[in-house]
Amino acid sequence: MRSFFDAIWQFLPPTPQSVMSTFSVISVVVVVLILSVAYLTLAERKVIGYMQNRIGPNRVGFRGLLQPIADVLKLLIKEIIIPRRANRFLFVIAPLLSIIPAFATWAVIPVSDSFVLADIDAGLLYVLALTSMGVYGVILAGWATNSKYAFLGAMRSAAQIVAYEIAMGFALVGVLMAGGSLNLGKIVEAQAGGLLSWFWLPLLPLFLVYFISGVAETNRAPFDVAEGESEIVAGFHVEYSGTAFAVFFLAEYANMILISALATTFFLGGWLSPFEGVPALGETFLAAPGFIWFALKVSFFLFCFLWFRATFPRYRYDQIMRLGWKVFIPITILWIGVEGVMAALEIGPWSS
Amino acid sequence: MIVSVIFYLFAAVLIGAAVGMITSRNPVHAALFLVLAFFNSAAIWLLLEAEFLAIVLVLVYVGAVMVLFLFVVMMLDVNLAAMREGFTRYAPLGAVIAAIVVIEIFHVVWLKRQGLPFFDTPVPHPPGYSNTEALGAILYTDYVYPFELAAVILLVAIVAAISLTMRRREGLKQQNISRQVQVRREDRVRLVKMDAERDE
Repeated sequence: MRSFFDAIWQFLPPTPQSVMSTFSVISVVVVVLILSVAYLTLAERKVIGYMQNRIGPNRVGFRGLLQPIADVLKLLIKEIIIPRRANRFLFVIAPLLSIIPAFATWAVIPVSDSFVLADIDAGLLYVLALTSMGVYGVILAGWATNSKYAFLGAMRSAAQIVAYEIAMGFALVGVLMAGGSLNLGKIVEAQAGGLLSWFWLPLLPLFLVYFISGVAETNRAPFDVAEGESEIVAGFHVEYSGTAFAVFFLAEYANMILISALATTFFLGGWLSPFEGVPALGETFLAAPGFIWFALKVSFFLFCFLWFRATFPRYRYDQIMRLGWKVFIPITILWIGVEGVMAALEIGPWSS
Repeated sequence: MIVSVIFYLFAAVLIGAAVGMITSRNPVHAALFLVLAFFNSAAIWLLLEAEFLAIVLVLVYVGAVMVLFLFVVMMLDVNLAAMREGFTRYAPLGAVIAAIVVIEIFHVVWLKRQGLPFFDTPVPHPPGYSNTEALGAILYTDYVYPFELAAVILLVAIVAAISLTMRRREGLKQQNISRQVQVRREDRVRLVKMDAERDE
């Protein structure tokens, strides 16, 4: 049987061969992502549960481990209701527009020193371009629903995302100045040398601005005014049900994982080990770079997302705008100036 | 072969989106067709190995400009009947302008080509070539003054746009957030000590 498949494989010309192998790698990445999203929802309910002195879901499967599967099945068999006065085409396509960028960005993220789907030169620009696309799903959903609540949610979300995208972009300008490249793999390699040489320390203000803007971009608490269940019921996805709602849900959590992975790549040294260069450890696995470090750092950021949600009350809308425009953008511009001066004078960790 | 198939695919969708943008009656649909057109032109630029321009087109126009555009278009309640009222009155003027544009295009495409050499398909660059680096190297050396001039003009436009919308309104209530944050318990809560009273 095996040799039969081998024979077919050898028979194929090189182009279909490479297309097929690329597709299989992509599908593995996507399946891993979807599973992570499923278990992130469980982790969220468990973590917030314990923070609030509850247990969280524990009925389905061993200690609630099958809960996400049950949720997915429930959502899949529910009816998708399309409001009568809604714009049908845009109503259906909006969830897809929000999930496609969340997945497509993973093409350029290096998860270990040897594995990245597309090792392109303009990786950082590609990331910026695709993350700015995610807002279309939200605005179109809000508009196509033809409901005032959904429309308010969409407007809030659009204004918020445009505001925080600028701060995010400026923070990344600092990263590419320090890393000296737009290629994400090279940015990680520029951070080599252990915990203290990762960019979070020399670029500390930019790191904080980036991660907080990331929380705002994903519409997560405390910046989740687009949903605002206490004022506008559920915001842009108020009329969505069944699978269409599940896709929005998937996109939100996929975006959380994405922002965590990007923060890891840009500021926490990606796949590098924190103990690199510590003499006592020598050549053991603790000092070796690898996927495990990437996964641990991403999990740390994801935990922060859940932690914020359990801790902070929702921001008031005008204060969100003030934070984005009047606090974050000046901070990033100032720090880019500091970085430029330091690099020109060849001082400290800023000049590479 | 594959490249030209991809090119014609994107070009066809691009032209279709452009036509759709002009003909669709709903302004939101028109804006979305424009987004589609931007996307496909970005893809065609990618085929030319101009990845910086392609990605920046998506980043700036699709990610920022069109979002704000949609924002405005969705908020405006466009009255289509009122928009079509003046159609017959302005139709002759529109026809004249259209004719001028058609003649200009004809001039550029057909007459000028008599003297101009045809451009071949650009030669693919070697694997190490980075479009972003090449653009940066040219922009910050040979064209640094025009580049900075353009930046200053844009800055002036931004300042002008903001100053047009800034106006002081009477009776506007504003919050001073730093004062709000500095408030302590003592400023708001007054504990009053009083003796217990008894009804006689």
